[in-house]
Amino acid sequence: MRLRSGFGLLALVAATIAVAFLVLPVVAIFADVSPGRLLDALGETSAREALWLSLRTSLLAMLIVVVIGTPAAYLLSLRRFRGRALVLTAIELPLVMPPAVAGIALLAALGPNGVLGGWIEDAGLELVFQTAGVVVALVFVSAPFFLRQAIAAFAALDPRLPEAARTLGAGPFRVFATVAVPGARQGIASGLALAWGRALGEFGATLLFAGSLEGVTQTAPLAIFSEFSRPGGFDAALALSAVLIVASALILIGVKLLGADRAIEDPAAEGAR
Amino acid sequence: MRPLLPLLLVPLAIVGCGGGADEPTLTVLGASSLTEALSKYGGSLEGAEVRNSFAGSDQLAAQIKQGAKADVFASADTGYPAELHREGLVGKPVVFARNRLVVVVPKGSDVSSLGDLARPGTKIVIGDPSVPVGEYAREVLGRLPAREREGILANIRSEEPEVTAVLAKVTSGAADAGFVYVTDAKTVAGAVETVAVPPQLQPDVAYAAAVLSGSDEPELARRYVHGLLRGAGGADLREAGFLPPP
Repeated sequence: MRLRSGFGLLALVAATIAVAFLVLPVVAIFADVSPGRLLDALGETSAREALWLSLRTSLLAMLIVVVIGTPAAYLLSLRRFRGRALVLTAIELPLVMPPAVAGIALLAALGPNGVLGGWIEDAGLELVFQTAGVVVALVFVSAPFFLRQAIAAFAALDPRLPEAARTLGAGPFRVFATVAVPGARQGIASGLALAWGRALGEFGATLLFAGSLEGVTQTAPLAIFSEFSRPGGFDAALALSAVLIVASALILIGVKLLGADRAIEDPAAEGAR
Repeated sequence: MRPLLPLLLVPLAIVGCGGGADEPTLTVLGASSLTEALSKYGGSLEGAEVRNSFAGSDQLAAQIKQGAKADVFASADTGYPAELHREGLVGKPVVFARNRLVVVVPKGSDVSSLGDLARPGTKIVIGDPSVPVGEYAREVLGRLPAREREGILANIRSEEPEVTAVLAKVTSGAADAGFVYVTDAKTVAGAVETVAVPPQLQPDVAYAAAVLSGSDEPELARRYVHGLLRGAGGADLREAGFLPPP
């Protein structure tokens, strides 16, 4: 596009505004808190505990998402059945659902008075106000990110590969584990990174479903909210925010690298497209 | 491009809506527990369009410190307005109402006294230490015998950002008991039961309001605060169960 044309200039202005608007708040967090104060604030037990809880719960949530999500995505990518589009839309709904709605929905389903509340209690399980409840909330909001990417990755596989494996005598599990998953690994990994990013940032569903208690359910985003309103807590809120921004950036870079990886090192995958 | 342009204008039109009237707008930052009373009062205030923003008083105070543009701050305590006044962010605060604390429990609950709250396994929710209702609840606990207090503290399952969230945790059945204001319990009277906090344990719950130094409508804001003391606002507060200022 020629930048000297009228529209070209307009587009340049629009691009500048867009980039500045999106980058400025992120930069401001680091400009507002000096590295020394940042480290001080992170030295507080409550901040460290919140970060540690976020790490633990999000990693556990990702483990659940991968173990259940991968075969589920594989099946959904292969099978053509009546109502498939509806199922795919339904599992993607949490993507666009407001987090507070997700929290209410989880309470209605799994809360003490929820649809499955009685069963959960009979089974001796407790989710509300428990770390396990945080994990449930994280799985609910992040799983769709993973499923979407994984389904797309499995669907993009060259169908001749699994067929060839089957002809050579591989059973369904072997085809899944040695042909489909390695072939779709980039899509799976980027879906996992996106899901992890979403899980680390989860706020509304956690607060509504699991509550907020230091060391038990108060994850880093909840601690940021709590610190913000505590007198003199703004520094701690900034410091925790800075850590989450760095974590999110690392995850995003990971996703980008995986994409580049695919283009450079995997010509076979390119050829299949 | 042609069908796109009108579509782009829709959000602008929506955002631009409201405030079209000639009446000046008054923005009131109110403690969550004032939601019902101030909504009613704001709707009836003549000569102004009142916009309310309800949240925990601590959160509202933090927003004011970060430069939030508003006209009136109505807090569930006297500490936050006094602190903002010292920093020159709000005018002199006035106490406009008082309240009492109560414990809400689900209907049919076997919790019938504060002592029952110390029973192991009772799921209790309380306000965050920085939100007034959380501070008041801790004051009540501080006046209990040590053993009872320790038992109750051990049963706290969640520290909520505002009193309405504490109430919701009990009405939704997630928690077995929660410390809220008498006025909050009144808003869901049919859905919960209450356990009284004895008078000798009651904290001194006083609500203070102040006009923000940065208000564009200071005259109107003062009239609003005055109405909370005597007038329509006071009547709405009384109807919601708030006690008159001392």
